Amino acid sequence: MTKQIHLAAHFPGVNNTTVWSDPRSGSHIEFGSFAHMARTAERAKFDFLFLAEGLRLREQNGRIYDLDVMGRPDTFTVLAALAAVTSRLGLAGTINSTFNEPYEVARQFATLDHLSGGRAAWNVVTSWDAFTGENFRRGGFLPQEERYERARTFLRATWQLFDSWQAGEIIADKASGVFLAGADAGRFRHADAHFDIGGRFNVPRSPQGRPVIFQAGDSDEGREFAAASADAIFSRHGTLEDGQKFYADVKARLAKYGRTPDQLLILPAATFVLADTDAEAAELARVVRRQQVSGPTAIAFLEQVWNRDLSGYDPDGPLPDVDPAPGENTVAQGRASVRMYRDPHTVAAQWRARAAVRRLSIRELVIEVTGRQTFTGSAATVAEQINMLVQADASDGFILVPHITPGGLDEFADTVVPLLQERGVFRPDYEGTTLREHLGLAPLEAS
Amino acid sequence: MRLCVALDGAGWHPAAWREPQARPGELFTARYWADVITEAERGLLDFVTIEDGFSVQSSRTDQVAGCLDAVLIAARVAPLTRYIGLMPTVIATHTEPFHTAKAIATLDYASNGRAGVRVRVSASPQEAAHFGRRDALPAGDLLDEAADYVEVVRRLWDSWEDGAEIRDVAAGRFIDRDKLHYIDFTGKYFSVKGPSITPRPPQGQPVVAALGHGPEPYRLIARSADVGFVAPRDAGHAHDIVAQIGSGLVFADLVVFLGATAEEAAARQARMNERAGYAFTSDATVFTGTPAQLAGLLLDWQQAGLAGFRLRPGAIPGDLEAITRALVPELQRRGAFRTTYEAGTLRGLLGLSRPASRYTLTGSS
Repeated sequence: MTKQIHLAAHFPGVNNTTVWSDPRSGSHIEFGSFAHMARTAERAKFDFLFLAEGLRLREQNGRIYDLDVMGRPDTFTVLAALAAVTSRLGLAGTINSTFNEPYEVARQFATLDHLSGGRAAWNVVTSWDAFTGENFRRGGFLPQEERYERARTFLRATWQLFDSWQAGEIIADKASGVFLAGADAGRFRHADAHFDIGGRFNVPRSPQGRPVIFQAGDSDEGREFAAASADAIFSRHGTLEDGQKFYADVKARLAKYGRTPDQLLILPAATFVLADTDAEAAELARVVRRQQVSGPTAIAFLEQVWNRDLSGYDPDGPLPDVDPAPGENTVAQGRASVRMYRDPHTVAAQWRARAAVRRLSIRELVIEVTGRQTFTGSAATVAEQINMLVQADASDGFILVPHITPGGLDEFADTVVPLLQERGVFRPDYEGTTLREHLGLAPLEAS
Repeated sequence: MRLCVALDGAGWHPAAWREPQARPGELFTARYWADVITEAERGLLDFVTIEDGFSVQSSRTDQVAGCLDAVLIAARVAPLTRYIGLMPTVIATHTEPFHTAKAIATLDYASNGRAGVRVRVSASPQEAAHFGRRDALPAGDLLDEAADYVEVVRRLWDSWEDGAEIRDVAAGRFIDRDKLHYIDFTGKYFSVKGPSITPRPPQGQPVVAALGHGPEPYRLIARSADVGFVAPRDAGHAHDIVAQIGSGLVFADLVVFLGATAEEAAARQARMNERAGYAFTSDATVFTGTPAQLAGLLLDWQQAGLAGFRLRPGAIPGDLEAITRALVPELQRRGAFRTTYEAGTLRGLLGLSRPASRYTLTGSS
């Protein structure tokens, strides 16, 4: 059976994927940029627009990092404002479960769901570091093993709050004077190792019942968390073989939670470069990679692996001859990716060898080893690649990450989407009004 | 004269939702709030405040129960309005100043400089139990904590100097990090490092307001707020309160029940009282009468040194429309109220200049 493709947009983030040096690059803060991208995504009939969250500015070598886009607005506030300039598009945001309380987060998501007519989604993440905690009264550091435990209980607590109201409890009948069906609407009690809360929740049941739940972690615990609780998973596995492996692994975990494969969508993040021909797109992709990895960015990237100050090195010269500093990474703060390099010594040795054989400078090496675009080519080629990956069960669709704000999605919407619609694998128009409907998820059963 | 309305569900009377014009089934929809706030903007009001709280208002089933998050209501309506200030309520007692600073800064961006925030404390043990983080604090501590909270929010708004985003392509630098500052706040209740994640908002400092009924809250208003809401009994009392606070813009709160005639206004209020089963009372003075009578009272009280008034409509939209369509024209006839919006930001409407970041002044980091 031919699968329908799910597409969504990721507002460009605060890493070097986002090219700010391009003359077309606009504000990452002003609302007009968010409105532009949301309108494009809605014109293209995407499932949702996604916003990431940041709670502490990144630092490197003890100073605020200044090479990438820095700063972002508040996730909830932007999403609520976007509900005013769109009417169907899902509105998804990352909200950290470590530096928030269930009652407040549940209110915010229930409110967003009401104010958007059932379009809210929550990417549940947990934080790990005392560095971010310094901005919060809760403070705090959580050991790795407790992070998912707290996220699980946080999510359970919010679900209890969402379910504390049933649909139809607001009667609001002027004639009889009955506003509320019962005096216990919103009553809840939740107690576990992390939370001990009880009382009455004060937002009535929202159109979707609760927001759509996304999960982004890639670890075994993260996958298990998604299989148990999430409606969609953001994955990093966008290639055929890698994607199929991840897809099969995660979908196979659903049965033990009494869930079916269609109840959890696998949506890898995907970058793209489009041009009139495949050859032009390949050339353009090379230009974009050089924009993404400036000389200073290349040095900063090596520092994250070497875990030492390499500011004295020339990005256009050879790789450092010093070895990475052993032990915990102290150079870069507030960056999850540093944990990907568990064995910096070996990584450094491999990269040195690679650079020596191919005579690559630091910058050239970094351009090579950091992720290249997921899709590069003409609109026809990219449409073909996307459809192939989805039909081959490497994913259920993609979350597109444009590298230019705010117009980076326009060309995709205008050229690739119509081709997918012609093939009958992508909706010509929205069929429902809620995000759950766009995602093909059944409505929640009444609590 | 400056004028704003305080929005709370279907209005401030507990039976307001049963009035003929009321839309009680829509209180949790965007359309309701968009209609109400655009009505306030048609009346050229300076701003609206939006009530909020962390508990169900009543244990009864014949009164409005539930409310949406006020910051998100304001954000939802921001793109639909152009001039009116948007001042949601936040509860300092149970929220993170870091989140509030970026939320209000973002509201300021989404509204092009029309954000304010009304800071409230919560002494309710029930609300404390909804968070389970700690027991309810004593009242004095709550106000001290709120003062620290506002201090942190204000420092975070200043923590990016204006022009910190430089986009220096040649040097590869997006920001000038010398223009970003740790706020390094350490207080009795919490500490916050900073800087904010969100650049300095369009107004620099969005407008901060608080409501107070006595000497301790007045001190909080004087120390922390740009706008103080107070509840005088009469013009003399208003004069005393303005003197006690001694700074900033002081607005008097009034609950209003309006009618084309005084009898009609009284009859409306009586009808609502009867439906509620008790006579309405309030922490603020309750005015019942015609828009012209209200105009007279406001002009009289203004002599006490008040900057303006925050009117709490007894019923929405009835009393709101009486404000925007009858009171405002009456005040305009008397030359006491604007006939067009004269500024595009809330600070501008209130006559407040845009301050430089405190860190620009001191140069410290």
